[in-house]
Amino acid sequence: MIATFKETLRSRMKRREMILAYIFLSPWLLGFLAFGLYPMIMSAYYSLCHYDVLRVPQFIGLENYQVLLFEDPYFLQSIWNTLYYTVLRTPLSILGSLLLAVLVNNELRGMRFFRTAFFVPSIVTGVALSVLWLWMLNPHYGLVNIALAAFGIPGPLWLQSTEWSKPAMVLMGLWSIGGGRMLVFLAALQSIPNNLYESAEIDGGGWWQKFYHITVPMMSPVIFLWTILDVIFSLQVFTEAYVMTKGGPLNSTLFYNLYIYFKAFDDFAMGYASAMAWILLLITLLITIIQFKLGKRWVYYEGGDSN
Amino acid sequence: MINRKKALKKLYIYIGLLVCSAVLILPFLWVLSTSLKADGQIFAIPPQFIPESLHWENYSLVFQRMPFLTYFLNSTFITVVSIIGTVLSSSMVAYAFACLRWPGRDGVFILVLATMMLPMQVTMIPVFVMFKDLGWLNTFKPLTVPAFLGGGAFNIFLLRQFFLTIPPSLLDAARIDGCSEFRIYWNIVMPLAKPALATVAILTFLFTWNDFLGPLIYLSDQLKGTLALGLAMFTGQHQNEWGPLMAASVLMMAPIIIIFFMFQKYFIQAFTSSGIKG
Repeated sequence: MIATFKETLRSRMKRREMILAYIFLSPWLLGFLAFGLYPMIMSAYYSLCHYDVLRVPQFIGLENYQVLLFEDPYFLQSIWNTLYYTVLRTPLSILGSLLLAVLVNNELRGMRFFRTAFFVPSIVTGVALSVLWLWMLNPHYGLVNIALAAFGIPGPLWLQSTEWSKPAMVLMGLWSIGGGRMLVFLAALQSIPNNLYESAEIDGGGWWQKFYHITVPMMSPVIFLWTILDVIFSLQVFTEAYVMTKGGPLNSTLFYNLYIYFKAFDDFAMGYASAMAWILLLITLLITIIQFKLGKRWVYYEGGDSN
Repeated sequence: MINRKKALKKLYIYIGLLVCSAVLILPFLWVLSTSLKADGQIFAIPPQFIPESLHWENYSLVFQRMPFLTYFLNSTFITVVSIIGTVLSSSMVAYAFACLRWPGRDGVFILVLATMMLPMQVTMIPVFVMFKDLGWLNTFKPLTVPAFLGGGAFNIFLLRQFFLTIPPSLLDAARIDGCSEFRIYWNIVMPLAKPALATVAILTFLFTWNDFLGPLIYLSDQLKGTLALGLAMFTGQHQNEWGPLMAASVLMMAPIIIIFFMFQKYFIQAFTSSGIKG
């Protein structure tokens, strides 16, 4: 008697908790259905269609993918541009912000000021960042070339040259993300036990030895995580190119997402653009999986087997 | 000997710090200085780092050539509504994952995390078509309503981690006292989670204020634009008028920088816990 009473009470409480959980979960559930699951299914369907928004989608099978992979020269160009940008930017940004973090990880007078100052560029993104650097990179009157000239180096044409437009965007990206990453790395640096450095000093290790043999391995899980995220972010580059170059000169900054945007919202080739989006998803997944495989070789997990 | 070595090391560090400061901070001062120069000074060789005379007219030109105040108000409206929506909905969902027990909870949480990996380009087109069919193009709804529906996987994750640090005994005690789950959420968990909520608010502020693709797709009416959109259009139309262009970008960056200095502690926290930004 008492047992069954307890049971019903418990199951009633369980049901009550279930209902409550659904109520608290409902915003996400609605959002997931409306902005996650449904669009994903539709996007996969559109990618198999000819679709210009005005008329209903016309099913054409794999034609979009076929045209993309075998006939569209801009597709390959945009992949090349995006990979170039990603491969140049990711290691430089990791190394740069790591060095920055090592630099501000000293207890010296005024360090708080420097940490704050280095961080400020990180809060400026998107259009404001692009306009600022449009002026910085002006070949004749921009600060970058003025500074280079002060050292006797003739500056390139940056955004107006097919050769330098991508490095120019990388340079801007490094400036803009360095300080934010610095904070992430600084937090990780401060968790490295000091006695490791002390014993290295006794062994006569110099600055570089300590950095390479202690800091980098100890930081490798954080570095690994940010390499993965940085690659994903770099593959998504859009706003800077849209504002600064519109993909030019001669398509040298036609990045993948910029091309998707042009196809979808200038040409209204929504089916084609959807197919492109799926290829991007596959490329991103592939690169991430490869990185995880490679990561096993160099990422050091303290107190655990990296496998 | 050791003292000299230490002093030398200190010197090297300070030189490094000064060089980095120059690289990271000078661009701001350079833009500010350009925004106060007349054309003759902007194109002067050798360059004038500190303008000989101040030309505030660049700023009034910005107000003449674009509906700056309207853009500012539009951006502010969208940002404030998005922050409210994100904080409310992501905290509710995080509460379900951290403070309630229900079957399938961990599986659903993994699903939430998985949605973080989905590039927005995959969903962008169907979502656009959906908003078009709803007749929401050229309104602020596509840019604000989604904030109320989940508030983003990353924010849910961040708040869940924070809510898990609240001792469950505290919540159970309230439940025994007959406190309803909504009151526990609103009167106990939310006040305790203020630092984490501030982090979410700041990340949402930065993202929404700077967002370009969303307004670009959804707002085509000139007077409906946001500051980011307005600045991009202004750049396209006035390519070589650097004075007004720099004045406009100073005006766009100013609110971010002012808010940064007001809430520095939370910004640093937000970036340390996430470091987001592409």
